[in-house]
Amino acid sequence: MITRGLGLLLVASSMLLSSLASADNPFIVVASTTSTEQSGLFSHLLPAFTKDTGIDVRVVAVGTGQALDIGRRGDADVVFVHDKAAELKWLGEGNGVTRYPVMYNDFVLIGPKSDPAHVDDGKDIAVAFRKIAAARAPFVSRADKSGTYSAELRLWKDAGIDIAKDKGPWYRETGSGMGPALNTAAAMNAYILSDRGTWLNFHNRGDLHIVVQGDKRLFNQYGVMLVNPAKHPNVKKDLGQKFIDWLVSPRGQQAIASYKIDGEELFFPNAGSDS
Amino acid sequence: MGEVEIPLGQPIVANGASVVRRGVRVLDRIDVTISPRSCTFVLGPNGSGKSTLLRLLHGLIHPDEGDVTWGGETARPPLRHAMVFQRPVLLRRSAVGNVRHALALAGVRGAEAAVRAHHALARVGLAALAHRAARVLSGGEQQRLALARAAALEPDVLFLDEPTASLDPPSTRAVEDIVQAIHAAGTTIVMTTHRLAQAKRLADEVIFLEGGRVTEGTPASQFFTEPSSPEGRAFLEGERL
Amino acid sequence: MHEIAVPGTIGGVDTIAQSFELALRMLTHFDSRLTQIVGLSLAVSLSSTLCSALIGLPLGAAVAIARFPGRNGVIVALNAAMGLPPVVVGLAVYLLLSRAGPLGEFGLLFTPAAMVIAQTVLIVPIIAALTRQIIEDAWAEYREQLQSLHAGWWQAGLTLLWDTRFSLLTVLLAGFGRAAAEVGAVIIVGGNIDGVTRVMTTAIALETSKGDLPLALGLGIVLITLVMALNVGAYVTRGWARARFG
Repeated sequence: MITRGLGLLLVASSMLLSSLASADNPFIVVASTTSTEQSGLFSHLLPAFTKDTGIDVRVVAVGTGQALDIGRRGDADVVFVHDKAAELKWLGEGNGVTRYPVMYNDFVLIGPKSDPAHVDDGKDIAVAFRKIAAARAPFVSRADKSGTYSAELRLWKDAGIDIAKDKGPWYRETGSGMGPALNTAAAMNAYILSDRGTWLNFHNRGDLHIVVQGDKRLFNQYGVMLVNPAKHPNVKKDLGQKFIDWLVSPRGQQAIASYKIDGEELFFPNAGSDS
Repeated sequence: MGEVEIPLGQPIVANGASVVRRGVRVLDRIDVTISPRSCTFVLGPNGSGKSTLLRLLHGLIHPDEGDVTWGGETARPPLRHAMVFQRPVLLRRSAVGNVRHALALAGVRGAEAAVRAHHALARVGLAALAHRAARVLSGGEQQRLALARAAALEPDVLFLDEPTASLDPPSTRAVEDIVQAIHAAGTTIVMTTHRLAQAKRLADEVIFLEGGRVTEGTPASQFFTEPSSPEGRAFLEGERL
Repeated sequence: MHEIAVPGTIGGVDTIAQSFELALRMLTHFDSRLTQIVGLSLAVSLSSTLCSALIGLPLGAAVAIARFPGRNGVIVALNAAMGLPPVVVGLAVYLLLSRAGPLGEFGLLFTPAAMVIAQTVLIVPIIAALTRQIIEDAWAEYREQLQSLHAGWWQAGLTLLWDTRFSLLTVLLAGFGRAAAEVGAVIIVGGNIDGVTRVMTTAIALETSKGDLPLALGLGIVLITLVMALNVGAYVTRGWARARFG
């Protein structure tokens, strides 16, 4: 009875596995960031791409740093991230072929409605950061290898603050993804820098809302790169390049522009720019 | 495996065999010979080493001194042995499954195993319960099943360690009858019991143990009428009181 | 799944009530995406339980019966390995399966097979250690009988495994429970790819990071319900078997 049961289990689970796992379509693996996945952009974009080309896209959504590492090891075909400096360094090490700017969105400073640092409705992000540091108001930092964290560090520098030296108990480094960091900020009524897409798609807002937006320095550029097939022969060069070409084509750019939450556009296509 | 091929004339001999457990001599320089086709009873007070002697002769334990030979061989055993324990360990299978399992371990499979298992169960009166789970049988039925399992192996020697210790009189009687029938069919029996009456009914040889030593090994008729050792005499006296 | 998401809610009692409501809806309305995620969860965890059984049961039985130098060390190692941190296992398997790793050529990273491997590494010690305990206890009881029947090591091991099958069923359930509940390892080696390697636990982690706590908790309730149902089934089977086989 038990042997028969085990046999049945074996057959059933292997059938399930194969039916679930074996894609009929050819596919590529894209290492990307939590912001693109969690903002819902990919669920909007990928079905259109698959319909156009018959290629499935498997997205592994992690921080920019980890996404670049996945590409470096040859575990993805395409890398789609947002940290230009890190991307150029990665290309320089021979990990990829060419970087294509695809789109941008922007970072927003999120904070509690009580606004202890009095930064609400500001237009200058450097001023806001200085005020937060001066007020020792709680601030949640990703403190991981993400594009958002890179941007945050750049902003502290722009504000003239040496955060590594200046940080105190008010500056909380979570070492987590955007969503978990937002959950933490909501629970602590803290300020936090977020990309707009993740924020718009984030449900557990608590008492938080956007306090500063629109500063040029909050600009967040996304780039896409094919993993170097010369270094990793397993990379699906043609399929991956098709995905990149589609993203920067008028059709792909239009699809990006048409993704909206509550009528708000999240990502602004800018392929062909030198961003 | 026809019975003709099996040489039955081979004795089991212990030569100065001792078993030491945690510094205690459980068996002390034992010299015994189990003659083929005999029905030998190992008697003695509790803790005298009866069960240990059975295990030694069966080959389950090795002597720390001396040796045990089976038909002249020290390797365990050219003779086919089986043993029925005081508390039989039955597998979580049907009654017939238990017998088939023992037969499979002895290399008997297929149709022959089916026939042998059926006969063995029928012989102990369990044919009707062949497909009942062994562990839900009554105590008496379990012991009879253990006997059937041992008998199905068609052993030359059958060891039984207090097989009726926890059984009621009818079950005891049933087990005795089966043992007698197996003996009559030519199997050597080596058995322990604490029931003197049982030994009187079945035994033709008696080995008397006390404190790990054999004080006498005599024909049963002589032991029960005129024991040669003082320990044996005292034991019989005690039983009579 | 997204169709039944309830946006814009805040933590507390409402969240919990909402989660139960969501869970109930998910359990009664067969949403195809949810069914797919549940199916993959079950397939992956059952496969890894099966692989672990094929390794862990004989391994546990062997350690229980065999006497060899260093046996105590093996037992301690097995017991300690029951608490292997999933993240560490995930990372180790990730590095093994990565294209840049020793097993990279098979291209298993970010596939369900990788998840099965990681979970198998996690639960083999659980199954082996618990099996060792059960078989060792049974061996104490069966040893003389089996030796009397001239059972070799191999035959004794098989006999004991079969005779303790109802207790071992519980062991397999413990392994399955750990596999199904685990997130740290599968999210690393599977990549939580939508439709390919997204299982219950990684979906819960994702919804949590999206701040959709009611949906996350709702999925959690579904997962617990499934595991519970499986355990009830096994418990009933075991009770029946005990009555039947003693």
